[in-house]
Amino acid sequence: MSAQAVEPAASIPASTFGGSVAEYLRQIQTIAAKDLRSEMRTKEALNASISFSIVILVLFSFAFDPSSDQLQEFSGGLLWVVFSFAGALVLNRSFARETQNDCLDGLLASPTPASALFLGKSLANYALLLAVEAVSLPVFALFYNLHWTGLFWPLVMVMLLGTWALTMIGTVFSALTVNLRLRELMLPTLVYPLMIPALMSAMTLTTDFFSGTPLGPDNMIWVRLMVAFDVIFTAVAIAVIDTVLTG
Amino acid sequence: MRDKILYALAAIAAVLLARNLYIIFFVLGEEKNQGAIWRIFEFHFPAGILGLSGFIVATIFSVVYLMSGNLKYDSIAAAINEVSLMFAAIVLVTGSIWARIIWGVWWAWEARLTSMLICWLIFAGYLMLRRAIEEPTQRARLSAVVCIFGGIDAVIVYKSIEWYRTLHPGPVLTIRGGGGMPPGWQETAYWNLLAMLCLATILVMVRMRQENVSREIDSLRRAAHAY
Repeated sequence: MSAQAVEPAASIPASTFGGSVAEYLRQIQTIAAKDLRSEMRTKEALNASISFSIVILVLFSFAFDPSSDQLQEFSGGLLWVVFSFAGALVLNRSFARETQNDCLDGLLASPTPASALFLGKSLANYALLLAVEAVSLPVFALFYNLHWTGLFWPLVMVMLLGTWALTMIGTVFSALTVNLRLRELMLPTLVYPLMIPALMSAMTLTTDFFSGTPLGPDNMIWVRLMVAFDVIFTAVAIAVIDTVLTG
Repeated sequence: MRDKILYALAAIAAVLLARNLYIIFFVLGEEKNQGAIWRIFEFHFPAGILGLSGFIVATIFSVVYLMSGNLKYDSIAAAINEVSLMFAAIVLVTGSIWARIIWGVWWAWEARLTSMLICWLIFAGYLMLRRAIEEPTQRARLSAVVCIFGGIDAVIVYKSIEWYRTLHPGPVLTIRGGGGMPPGWQETAYWNLLAMLCLATILVMVRMRQENVSREIDSLRRAAHAY
């Protein structure tokens, strides 16, 4: 399925390799479109991820009293636990789906640079993760009677920033663990401890927004932390992805 | 030559540790509020310094490995990480024992405890990854990348969790602007740091040699299979 989809990237003349920015962006777009198209045809990761997140949401109702007022105080934390657990399912599939028929070797042998392959896959993962979140956030709010529309746009900003952090780290580690025996176990074990600064910020801010505290001088530091985290790890990921994929 | 260095370091470490233990238990007095338990600090502090600086040094060696491709640096990074993880475990355990006596709980979700635990988890993941990969160059390449991510993340974790309210005792050493310790206490901590540094060096050297030998055996086995 994948080999055919990368045809446009493979037909680029060798002289433009790594040359123009437009070409590079087109390669990223091709990879992202290919990933999204193949996901949309089977919807395997998306379906699994959404149903998994709803299962966790239901399980939470047994862990504590769902009607208690205290729920506001840790709702942000619960929500991000759901997002990151469900996210691991999507991220695991990202590179794993290329192992069939040696598609990954084909992608790497094509004139697409490893960083374009990585960014394309990241964008596809980002879109999928946001789709899962867009479904589970209203369900979460509905089940637990949360007021999430009050500070809607700040909440969207936190979701965009936090999900980007999860996407970046998750996609690199998806590439890194793709050939391992214990792939499904290694990815979450490595990703979650690394994600803690970003997840911690996202949880704090989301809880603030659910309880009606707007963005102010007090919690602005978490936004800055998330932006810094995103920038630093995007840069590191792009710097090392060549080593991870091709060696 | 290498054996001689190892034995010399071991002798220094043994003498220093014996001396420090004597001073800690027989020369230095009790602390006014804490009583005898304060002595655990003399091990807690050096282990913390060695654990954290070990992670940073291992990250540097991982970068050097990726730039040079020399597997020697991979062995160094792996050995340092393993030893640092042990020292980090010592910090967590000694800290817990101290906390049980002074705070009344084994664990508190406080800034420095939390960040140390997160660092421990990150680098435990590094060692788990190493065990999951058979092929030496692939293992070196991928674990170097994980180590770089871990090293950078450890710094961010430390800064970010510091912003949470803290329960850990403030700095007591004069170098951190503390100055809350009687004469002799601080020096003993530094002497213990030196003793444990010798011990860490010995362990790293031994682990490195094991790593090199096992890689050599592996390549011999491959060569034998190729015939």
